[in-house]
Amino acid sequence: MSILVDESTTFIVQGITGREAVNLTRECLDYGAGAKIVGGVTPGRKGRDVHGVPVFDTVAQAVESHGGPIDGSVVTVPPAFTKDAVFEAIESGVKLIVIVTERIPRADVAGMVELASMRGARIIGPNCLGIIVPDKIKMGGIGGPAKDAAKAYTPGPVGVMSRSGGMTTEISSTLSAAGLGQSTAVSIGGDAIIGSSYAELMPLFAGDGQTEAIVIYTEPGGRMEAQLSEWVKENDSQIPIVAFMAGRFMDEMPGMSFGHAGTIVEGKEDTATEKIARLKEAGIVVAERIEEIPDLVKERLGSGAPA
Amino acid sequence: MRFYEYESKEIVRRAGIPTSKGGFATTAEEARARAEEVAGPVVIKSQVLTGGRMKAGGVQFADAPDEAARHAEDVLALEINGHMPRGVLVDERVAVKHEYYAGVVWDGLRKQPVMLFSDMGGIDIEEVAEQHPDHVGRGHFSNVLPFSDFQAKQVIASVGVTGSALNRLTPILTRLARLFVERDMTLAEINPLAELEDGKFVAVDAHMEMENEARGRQKELLETLGVGDEETREAREPTPFEIAGEEVDAMDHRGVAGNVTEFDGNLGLVIGAGGGSLTLFDAVRAHGGQPADYCEIGGNPSVRKACGLAKLVLQKPGVEKIAVMMSIVSNTRVDIVARGVIKACVELGFEPAEKIAIFRIPGAWEEEGFKILERYGVPYADRTVSLNEAAKRAAEAVPAA
Repeated sequence: MSILVDESTTFIVQGITGREAVNLTRECLDYGAGAKIVGGVTPGRKGRDVHGVPVFDTVAQAVESHGGPIDGSVVTVPPAFTKDAVFEAIESGVKLIVIVTERIPRADVAGMVELASMRGARIIGPNCLGIIVPDKIKMGGIGGPAKDAAKAYTPGPVGVMSRSGGMTTEISSTLSAAGLGQSTAVSIGGDAIIGSSYAELMPLFAGDGQTEAIVIYTEPGGRMEAQLSEWVKENDSQIPIVAFMAGRFMDEMPGMSFGHAGTIVEGKEDTATEKIARLKEAGIVVAERIEEIPDLVKERLGSGAPA
Repeated sequence: MRFYEYESKEIVRRAGIPTSKGGFATTAEEARARAEEVAGPVVIKSQVLTGGRMKAGGVQFADAPDEAARHAEDVLALEINGHMPRGVLVDERVAVKHEYYAGVVWDGLRKQPVMLFSDMGGIDIEEVAEQHPDHVGRGHFSNVLPFSDFQAKQVIASVGVTGSALNRLTPILTRLARLFVERDMTLAEINPLAELEDGKFVAVDAHMEMENEARGRQKELLETLGVGDEETREAREPTPFEIAGEEVDAMDHRGVAGNVTEFDGNLGLVIGAGGGSLTLFDAVRAHGGQPADYCEIGGNPSVRKACGLAKLVLQKPGVEKIAVMMSIVSNTRVDIVARGVIKACVELGFEPAEKIAIFRIPGAWEEEGFKILERYGVPYADRTVSLNEAAKRAAEAVPAA
């Protein structure tokens, strides 16, 4: 099994005629079983097609053409238009929205996430590369062209969540090289406010029969790691988690932003040191180097009782 | 981005919240004029984007305009924590009966803004929250539903404020909450929010920070406050090297090759992407390397931009070699970055094989990229070499000076 998506997931691409969106559409169609991209939306471009995917003016038209509800949407429109595009998707019944767009002001993100929760929809991102179920489906640019994605991702027992899109692939590739495949890898996004945090995705991974261990990639800034630790403690979760923390040097440089929009040390709780302590408190092992991750996972798969 | 106090107070005033009288001055003569307008005792406050100005002598009191001018002259010349003041704020000294705190910040986990209110103002809110938690009221509010006054009222009443104070404070916190959202703030704070002897409330000091991502849509506010596009208003001013990095990134709109931060080491880094750069920078330092810079490549930049960034780093005084390293790339092309960095070496008259300590970028178009690197004899590594191992090779190639 997998979380969030599988081979049967239908989705649209909003902003499909943009340069990166055209590439992303090709990559998703080519990967694994071939994504079921049932339409694209770019206002004013109705009637065109992108790699055979029909383009519509509105999400409602795509739903009508599909003849039923559409599961997901990959949103790639510019930051000033993202909130409207996401509202449109949610109000058209879409339940899983992957927001690729970067540099969206927080007030907009908060509004999208709030409307999604009011309507029972879920947002992944913004500022993310999407979701991949190895050899089956990818929803978003994650892993790049199908042949490159196939080099890095293999099916297996490890769930991956990462605040960095690129590091999702780096870590998965390292796992694959050591014979550890992935159940689902999720690029959760690098902004200060995101649709789905580690702790918010954990119940899905915990309920997934294929997932036996979790690897997370994390950075300074925010409270998401503390939230994950709380989740582990509150649920007495037995599913082993291995974390990698990048940006340790930032502890010496408060107020400076590096990497992603959400990556900044403003208070003590933002620091790498503090986060590592919080993770360890909950029994989450923190790898010093990426290449240690496979062995740390194997040790825990061998001895521990998977959830 | 941070606002100066005089800008923050102007933002508060425009939102309809009363502030203490006074104004901004950049010379002693202007300060005298502001003091004459106030026509009473004033406080002269250094306008710097750093803390500790009171301790450093950046806050002075004056009873008459002449005295205000003299103090302003001193304060204007006083450097605080390496920052020269932008000017001084000449404010009336108000007769305060009680000090309150009102603020709004983001709660990243709840994904909503949260109002904070305390009847113990004038001191750091975190200190109050720690030592007197029952004196801090909190209330989250929606970004979908309209804000309503009762939400502010509940927060104020929760710390025990009642009577006319409650009714006078409610519209102030309401306006602060609305301005926080409408102006894309990440922090909007009035501290102290003073209750005067006559029962009126005024904002005596304000601290505002705006989200960088929103600068575009807040252009009008920034223009009317006189904030230039070039002002980053980060923890420290950008160095000339960092400004040059911004210029490289602005060459065209394709991808990113920039986000440069200057360090004083001898190993030049041309690294990416966001998470890869953070990981690599840590790893280089863990192996004893001394980075000359931090930077980010990503999103498939052009050869021109990759070349521009590599040139900038290669020309930085003290840089012996550069290391070109990224986490596995999906849309950035290995061959384009390879061409960019080799071009930079060649155009500067360097031997690429000598100047590039290691090239470790696996991923899209790697076969093409590795062919180019081989042709120039540049040491390179594929994905079987970890980020950590690549960083180690870079650090060993350029030992600490």
